[in-house]
Amino acid sequence: MHIIMRNIQKTGLFIFIAGLLVFIGSLSLSNFRLTAEIIDDRIGATTKATYLKKAAETLHITDREYRSKFGFIRDLKISFNKANDLLLADYGFTREDVDRIMAHITTPGVYSEEAVAAAFGNGSIDISRQEKFRGSTSWMASQTYHNNAALRKAMEQKLPDLNQEVLQGVGFQGYALSEYTFKITKSASEGILTDHLRAIFILSFLGTILGALLFIVPQFKEGPPGIKNNGIFHHPATNRGWLGMIVGGMLILFYIFLYWFPEYITNWTLLLDPVKKWLGGPDAEADRWFLYGFLYTLVMLVMGIRMFAKYRGNAYQMVRTTSVLFFQTGFAFIIPEIMARFNLPARDLKNAWPLDYTGFYDYNLEALTTGGGTGKAILFWMIGLAVIVVPVMVYFFGKRWYCSWVCGCGGLAETLGDPYRQLSDKSLKSWKIERWMVYSVMVFVYLMTLAVVYTYLPTAEQATPDKWFTKGNFIALIWVAMAIGMGLLFYWQKQRERFSKKTFLTMMGISGAVLMVIGISHFVLKAENLFFFNSYQVRAWYGFLIGSAFAGVVGTGFYPLMGNRVWCRFGCPLAAFMGLIQRIKSRFRITTNGGQCISCGNCSTYCEMGIDVRAYAQRGQNIVRSSCVGCGVCSAVCPRGVLKLENGPDNPERIQENPIIIGNDGVALNLKNSGK
Amino acid sequence: MEHIVIIGNGISGITAARHIRKRSNHRITVISAETDHFFSRTALMYIYMGHMKYENTKPYEDHFWKKNRIDLKRAYVKRVDTDNKAVIFSDNSAMDYDALVLAVGSKSNKFGWPGQDLEGVQGLYSFQDLQTMEHHTKAGVKRAVLIGGGLIGVEMAEMLHSRGIDVTFLVRENRFWGNVLPKEEGELITRHLREHHVDLRMETELKAILPDKNGRVRAVVTHKEQEIECQFVGLTAGVSPNIAFLKNSKIETQRGIMVNRYLETNIPGVYAIGDCAFFREAPPGRRPLEQVWYTGRMMGETVAQTLTGNRKMYEPGSWFNSAKFFDIEYQTYGTVNANPAASEAVFYWEHPNGKKCVKMIFDKSSEKFLGINVFGIRMRHEIFDKWLREEQNIDHVMTHLADANFDPELYRRYEKDILRKFNQENHKNLSGQPKSRTRIFG
Ligand SMILES: Cc1cc2nc3c(=O)[nH]c(=O)nc-3n(C[C@H](O)[C@H](O)[C@H](O)COP(=O)(O)OP(=O)(O)OC[C@H]3O[C@@H](n4cnc5c(N)ncnc54)[C@H](O)[C@@H]3O)c2cc1C
Ligand code: SF4
Ligand code: SF4
Repeated sequence: MHIIMRNIQKTGLFIFIAGLLVFIGSLSLSNFRLTAEIIDDRIGATTKATYLKKAAETLHITDREYRSKFGFIRDLKISFNKANDLLLADYGFTREDVDRIMAHITTPGVYSEEAVAAAFGNGSIDISRQEKFRGSTSWMASQTYHNNAALRKAMEQKLPDLNQEVLQGVGFQGYALSEYTFKITKSASEGILTDHLRAIFILSFLGTILGALLFIVPQFKEGPPGIKNNGIFHHPATNRGWLGMIVGGMLILFYIFLYWFPEYITNWTLLLDPVKKWLGGPDAEADRWFLYGFLYTLVMLVMGIRMFAKYRGNAYQMVRTTSVLFFQTGFAFIIPEIMARFNLPARDLKNAWPLDYTGFYDYNLEALTTGGGTGKAILFWMIGLAVIVVPVMVYFFGKRWYCSWVCGCGGLAETLGDPYRQLSDKSLKSWKIERWMVYSVMVFVYLMTLAVVYTYLPTAEQATPDKWFTKGNFIALIWVAMAIGMGLLFYWQKQRERFSKKTFLTMMGISGAVLMVIGISHFVLKAENLFFFNSYQVRAWYGFLIGSAFAGVVGTGFYPLMGNRVWCRFGCPLAAFMGLIQRIKSRFRITTNGGQCISCGNCSTYCEMGIDVRAYAQRGQNIVRSSCVGCGVCSAVCPRGVLKLENGPDNPERIQENPIIIGNDGVALNLKNSGK
Repeated sequence: MEHIVIIGNGISGITAARHIRKRSNHRITVISAETDHFFSRTALMYIYMGHMKYENTKPYEDHFWKKNRIDLKRAYVKRVDTDNKAVIFSDNSAMDYDALVLAVGSKSNKFGWPGQDLEGVQGLYSFQDLQTMEHHTKAGVKRAVLIGGGLIGVEMAEMLHSRGIDVTFLVRENRFWGNVLPKEEGELITRHLREHHVDLRMETELKAILPDKNGRVRAVVTHKEQEIECQFVGLTAGVSPNIAFLKNSKIETQRGIMVNRYLETNIPGVYAIGDCAFFREAPPGRRPLEQVWYTGRMMGETVAQTLTGNRKMYEPGSWFNSAKFFDIEYQTYGTVNANPAASEAVFYWEHPNGKKCVKMIFDKSSEKFLGINVFGIRMRHEIFDKWLREEQNIDHVMTHLADANFDPELYRRYEKDILRKFNQENHKNLSGQPKSRTRIFG
């Protein structure tokens, strides 16, 4: 029996690895050919497309068969550059243009719009160029220049900006450029992959799933129910050994390609096009985010089954795992696809700001406010979720309702990440680092969102009946909200000391400072940027550093190194916010069962958030920690039944600063009397 | 400022040191021959099974000791010279003390079986034992035989099982852990061990352990003259106080270090706590020698009071304990004897799956609740402690059982089933109270 199961598992592992190899190998299963049709199809019949076609033709890239993706992408990028050059040659501005203008200047050192007009010809391109040039130099008319040389210099200095503008308008740049690169590369694929799409799909996806299930399902029959962490610290996959490092490395590579080099993994999106069309309609097409969502959900489902096998004796774990799988599959994956199919704004409705840091970015606000009733309802829900539902639910149930029941990041951590939970660092030092980092990210994201929304909103003068909510309204609203927040904090802290003095003062201090700065900035200085920084640049950096590098590359890639909640613990601003509420005002706690703790350390070891649970349990103290995500695993692995996650009144006994372990009557009474 | 020397860095010695530090400025030295730092002995099995590393079993980070000014010394004390108030180490160096706390723990019992010192035969108590076990079971062990069915025996069985080693368990009594567990509970555990393919041999005693030609264990022979081939033997027939090194001192020892209720030995300024302390007069309702984690901790707390100027009697509250047998957790509160006294009434409920049960003992005439054994369900210590202290009767316990449940949320609850059976058997008509957060949390 045992032997048969082992063999099934071994077979499963073999099939899984084979499937994975096919999946990875599928990246190299195409040749590439760029055609004029592809360019027209991907870019549309625009000036851009014309120039790109011209560039590709001059470089002899069109209609050439590439065996190597690297070669193709390199040449494609060269074509883009070339197209940009060609565009600039026709639409750009050079010193010769300045020369010609200077030739028409009559009074030395005095700018004249007529001179500019005269310098450019009358063709349609010429006129638009002339207008563009005038547009960004006309202010020079009010300037005085000592001589022509100075004027010429001033105009020449403008050239790079002007050309940049041109490229932004008709050239290939920035985000659009990477999108084109991706799409064109995808369309240019041909050969084995596209010819045998179905077979490769089956081999890679069904293969890995089947293999994984053959490996996992026998675990349901491995002895009676009961959590077995046997061999975890002996196995190189789970003890920071070589296997773990390989897995981590692969995850990191995946994220790097996904975020920054998606054009190299277009084949995977080709594989998924049929799925995408089935869900999103015949016009839909799999992009990298669909690929990510699909893999994410799939991995969670498969590893969720592993959770069911491992924790099958524990009802809390079973229900909780079902819940995260449901929210990922339904809310994060399927519902947005369906919304998009019906032309509704596609959103993951459970993804709460500020984890969803782009939720209130201008483009989203614009899309939602102009998106009709549904759009407005969604916006309304997003605000309600972030400012009402989240805190109220945390009050009643602790932040676990989100972190380990609903959240997508949490969901991945609790399924794919479960084998790595023991790798989180439990030291006091890491707790210190954690607090600094996570609250810094939180404050940062708040300020950034304030700044972005502020920039987006109209001033009183710009307001229209449609866009009536002004910058001033916004500042007033934030003031009121923060005042209420600070008032509550003050009241609760007065009631009994829920934070250390230092923490409390820091929180009040930072909030007060923010109140003041936004007030001064708006009312006194009438600054364009709320915090004097350019909100666009800041958010680009946030997206790169926190949204992608931290949440993705480190957050998941470091599972086998630092445990499965690196992101949730050190980076997630939503977790930080909910943690504060969990500590200040919540009914949730982990109760310690009297004196039953034997200090074995299982709880601390398997706490994914790196909480030293034992430190509390062995003192007979409840665990009320901001970072606890309520996964319940400490309680599940405790061999003495010491820990229970539960909700009860938020009375002084919830956080016991000086707990008394029951069992020792003589000493306990003595301690009680001395008030210690 | 006195110099308090504590021999033993187990739970009792360390608890004493921590509480002395909390309450005073005395110089504290903790001596141990076993490990540099305090670790949890109860977690030894988890290191072997790969659930944890040794590092994970240390309840305090290494910087804790320095910060709290508790000096640690790794050395073996070979003799205590109470006349000169000094402890003498194995290298003949000495250390003076003003007060001495003996927290020296236990060692595994060996009853003089032939072959008990062969290679591959061992008990499990210390960290070194664990290393030896690791070494002995590294390769080539197909079957292990365990002698004596107690808690450490079950743990060893689970450990070996996790490495795919078959286990034969020789148990002297007719049921598992028969001197502690009543019949039904013993049978429940027996069934569960068999479910895990442990080959349990009841009423079987060890006669001898046989060597192969290299002096390694090859087989054991039972008193029924059965020979069982094996490559490893675990001696798990209990532990006894570790007092050999005190033999030539003036400190009085018998089965353990003799102490009064104040944990004082016959020599002033010398105390004994934890596994090694034997009470001349046991606390009411308790045994004179209690070798468990909790009592060690409580004695440590108590002696710290005494050593910091508040002479305190050892007054443990109601007995409680817990254990885990493979997948089945066990908790007990109050007193449940293996064989009930004539004055005691017994109520027993078992889940149809045979893996959960509740045993309650109460006084036949007064119906006062005396104790509970519970398997597969967790119960709240605080509530049972309160009920025992308040001397509640069984009806109160039965009707309020929902308050005591400590299982994780979303677990099935059994109070109704339990009460139904209780009502039937006792011709009562009690109705259960729903769980009350006010009663539980105040
Ligand atoms: C495998 C195992 C599992 C257990 N599980 C449980 C459980 O689940 N629940 C429970 O309640 N109890 C359990 N116990 C029992 C519990 O661990 C003991 O009761 C407890 O550890 C005793 O603590 P102590 O401080 O009295 O002594 P110890 O922990 O034994 O500490 C004594 C220390 O003193 C040192 N020492 C002794 N003599 C000298 C000397 N001459 N010189 C220097 N150092 C010396 C020893 O090396 C040792 O380190 C278990 C025991 C074992 C072995
Ligand atoms: S797992 Fe349980 S017994 Fe072990 S240290 Fe944690 S609370 Fe204590
Ligand atoms: S303390 Fe327990 S419930 Fe909270 S995160 Fe850690 S393991 Fe999970």
